[in-house]
Amino acid sequence: MPNAENTTASTGLWARFNAMPLDSAPRTITVAVVLCLICSMIVSGAAVMLKPQQEINKTLDKKTNILKVAGLYEDGIDVAKAFGAFEPRLVDIATGKFSNAEDAATYDQRAAAKDPARSVVLANDPASIKRQANLASVYLLRDDAGKIERIILPVHGYGLWSTLYGFIALNADGNEVYGLRFYSHGETPGLGAEVDNPKWMAQWPGKLVYGENGAVNIGVGKAAPAGIDGSKHHIDAIAGATLTSRGVDNLVKFWMGEQGFKLFLDNLKKGEA
Amino acid sequence: MAGKDFSMLKDPMVDNNPITLQVLGICSALAVTSSLKVALVMAIAVTFVTAFSNFFISILRNQIPSSIRIIVQMVIIASLVILVDQILKAYLYEISKTLSVFVGLIITNCIVMGRAEAYAMKNPPIPSFLDGIGNGLGYSLILLLVGVVRELFGSGSLFGVQIPETVNNGGWYVPNGLLLLPPSAFFVIGLLIWGFRTWKPAQVEKREYKIMSEEGAH
Repeated sequence: MPNAENTTASTGLWARFNAMPLDSAPRTITVAVVLCLICSMIVSGAAVMLKPQQEINKTLDKKTNILKVAGLYEDGIDVAKAFGAFEPRLVDIATGKFSNAEDAATYDQRAAAKDPARSVVLANDPASIKRQANLASVYLLRDDAGKIERIILPVHGYGLWSTLYGFIALNADGNEVYGLRFYSHGETPGLGAEVDNPKWMAQWPGKLVYGENGAVNIGVGKAAPAGIDGSKHHIDAIAGATLTSRGVDNLVKFWMGEQGFKLFLDNLKKGEA
Repeated sequence: MAGKDFSMLKDPMVDNNPITLQVLGICSALAVTSSLKVALVMAIAVTFVTAFSNFFISILRNQIPSSIRIIVQMVIIASLVILVDQILKAYLYEISKTLSVFVGLIITNCIVMGRAEAYAMKNPPIPSFLDGIGNGLGYSLILLLVGVVRELFGSGSLFGVQIPETVNNGGWYVPNGLLLLPPSAFFVIGLLIWGFRTWKPAQVEKREYKIMSEEGAH
């Protein structure tokens, strides 16, 4: 019956497709293409649909950590509302001054660090971050009179397995540490990941970043180096996590130093930021 | 039928366990078992992926050309894994942060592909689905056992709840740091396999060679 095959184009096509041997080249390619199309639609559909929720989680997580490092976090608080206490600003690392080149509320420092137009390659790179964004997003906490109470600075650097991202909070003098906290890292649980241990983090508050002469004296290690007052500047390394501790040491020194926020903090003290 | 379904779920737990008998999926068992919470999420994710990849591959089994069957399986498995990863990132952000790269590595978990190739390619969808769940559960069982040992002795806690207070926090327990490192999972899994095979001697593999006797050598 020659007519039966042509009743509709689709059944005809399907019948012809089915009649092909399973391993023939056209059939193999058709199966591969159709399957890939369907799978890619499912995957991209899921990615697009879940994106807003994922973004919310990411910003919420970051805000929660900023609140925690500033000592404002309590269980069950409204993070978005509490975060309103902060004044997000951008700082130009090179000049150490506030910058309005981009919108501070939406600026993504991690994305900027990957963009050649908005970042620099580091020649001297103790924190192993390769590229440094030109602008850094800092958060200022002001008291009722409008005076700066706390300064929250983003820091990151390489530990043993991963880049640690965190915040260091300084008191108004730009020298005394209020707290240090990492919100993203992939260090070994129980060893390097002890950077999240409250006991260890409790060493940071009250330590001074700079010595009398303005040098970055704060450090993580076995013992304070000769000539540095350990009670003021030294943080004990984490037992069993030498490389992570060294990484934290490097990244804090880097970000507090000339290549980091030192210029900005000096300017802030002089009221010239 | 109901009895057969049940045995399909139970069989891979002990008698035909993918980790202890077939020694598959070891790499992820090393990586995610240092804390129980992460191990649990990983176990659920792998069970989900194995079940559904088996299901879809079984539906398509008569259409998959054998020359590209592995690639087809990989595409389906990879799509499911990305789906799981995206859902975790959207709704269980904290856990997805700790699992990080390991979710993506489900793709390379030999159990998923092993079951697709060995079972789903030859059997109808519903049994394949059950087989996937069964093997996922078998994997989960071992993962959780290893997780309990590692977290309890390595950090002195279970599911993040401190049981003996550690010395670092002013208690008496000195955590065994070795148990938090990947090699310790090898030891624990090795001991588990030994235990299983002592309990069920049928699981002991036959030697592939025979040591010659003195006379045989001549």
